[in-house]
Amino acid sequence: MIAAVLGIDWRTLADAFALGSIYALMAIGIGLVFGVLRLVNFAYGQLVMAGAFALALASQWGWPVWAGILLCFAVVIVLSLLMDRIVFRPLREQSPAVMLVATFAVAFLLQSIALLWFGSLGKIATSLSFLQRPVTISGVDIRKITIVAMVVAACCLVALVLLLNKTNVGLHMRAAAMDFQTARLLGVRANRVIASAVLISGLLAAIVAVMLTVQTPLVTPDFALRDTIVVLAGVVVGGMNRLVSATLGGFAIGFASGLLGGALPTNQSQYLPSFVFAAVIVVLLIRPGGLFSRPGQAAVDRV
Amino acid sequence: MSPPALELEDLDVRHGAVAAVRGVSFALDRGEIVGLIGPNGAGKSSTLHAVMGLLRPVKGDIRLHGTSVVGRRPEDVARAGVALVPEGRRIYGELTVAENLRLGLAGRRARRDLDADLKRVYDLFPVVEEFRQRPAGALSGGQQQQLAIARALVADPDVLLLDEPSLGLAPLMVDIVFDALRAIRDRGLAVLLVEQRAQRTVALADRSHVMSNGTLRLTLGPEDAADTTTMVAAYFA
Repeated sequence: MIAAVLGIDWRTLADAFALGSIYALMAIGIGLVFGVLRLVNFAYGQLVMAGAFALALASQWGWPVWAGILLCFAVVIVLSLLMDRIVFRPLREQSPAVMLVATFAVAFLLQSIALLWFGSLGKIATSLSFLQRPVTISGVDIRKITIVAMVVAACCLVALVLLLNKTNVGLHMRAAAMDFQTARLLGVRANRVIASAVLISGLLAAIVAVMLTVQTPLVTPDFALRDTIVVLAGVVVGGMNRLVSATLGGFAIGFASGLLGGALPTNQSQYLPSFVFAAVIVVLLIRPGGLFSRPGQAAVDRV
Repeated sequence: MSPPALELEDLDVRHGAVAAVRGVSFALDRGEIVGLIGPNGAGKSSTLHAVMGLLRPVKGDIRLHGTSVVGRRPEDVARAGVALVPEGRRIYGELTVAENLRLGLAGRRARRDLDADLKRVYDLFPVVEEFRQRPAGALSGGQQQQLAIARALVADPDVLLLDEPSLGLAPLMVDIVFDALRAIRDRGLAVLLVEQRAQRTVALADRSHVMSNGTLRLTLGPEDAADTTTMVAAYFA
């Protein structure tokens, strides 16, 4: 109905849903680590970028698709765990500001390495470009990637909900996010909980990298940077303190960006971020605790 | 003779520039309740936090069955067989009662005999079994305190530390908690009870140390519980 009012076609709607799904996954990746470390990992986009370069290199070397995806996962997960071991763990007892600055440093470091190794022109990941081709569903042409993105995001959500609710490590992660000190006093191993959160967050970054390279095959050192900033805004708008609200925030901002991108005339799409961030400011003025947070809940540890 | 379950020797703990605990030594053994009473700010909680590894002592030693635990992380102290029932209970209100209990299992050393231990905990606190599926935040203060003790017990600890378990509870609930502590002692645990309710603690515990300004001033036995003059004098010493 809204679509009809704005004059948006089904294809745009599907694209917006897909973008929302991808952003929701990024929001979960950021929200999980925030939950246990009270830290916004600004280097999250660079993890996605590293995965995207892995895919681009694999396609340049002529590797089969599955090998490229495997390389992407390996690179992102190794980088995530290194980040935990070298940066997060030694700095965990420090103030949030110190850790925040440290993630900025990691972000710039990874981006500079990419610039040195691959140059500013970037590389092209072509191995998954067949997903750009449309399929026709009841008369509407929809790109395969939109369907893949939605299905993958739904599967990830279900898997994550099962993990958090049915396994011990999930329970420990939830408890650590609510009250870490009490969890440790009960015998929950801090290092293991944090490493688990970082690992899952890395897995999601790798999945996002695969899907974003389909949408944008040209991989440059600032790949996914804009997406990360938009997702961070979405996470703050949704409500950082709860994973559910952060995820909804990520989805909402992705969906809104997709719709606006479709609704705005092409010559005005450069103003898209302005529209999105204007909406963010309005939401935060009206509901500082987050759009999807419970009323009356204190906004704590917000960055 | 085997070493005591928990032994503190000449312990000094600081909170920044403030000396919270000074030269404190005492021990407790299996099947014993030792009380630690005294006014606010006497250093009772700091002593417990030092045992759990939340505060690092500047001097002295803390030994569990003769082995020093100084410098260990809180989770490692818990996994070595020490369980703390923290001040204010620190129940996870958004999790169910059953999930809170499952968290207590994190500190457990062996998986075996879990069912038997669970049954004993449920016998001690029937309300915990009855409300298993409810969010813990929906429980009353007294019920939450029972859950907090149950959560500590499912870890099957050798040493149980309690930080003011009767705080803010109705008299009937205080009875339930103190009766449970008696049963826990009879089961062979070493119990260290930090309390403000001096008279009841002295009556229950095998020994009670009166703490003030970071040092132990006096040790009382159950026979002193009726002697109000001694207790009041000890508090204001």
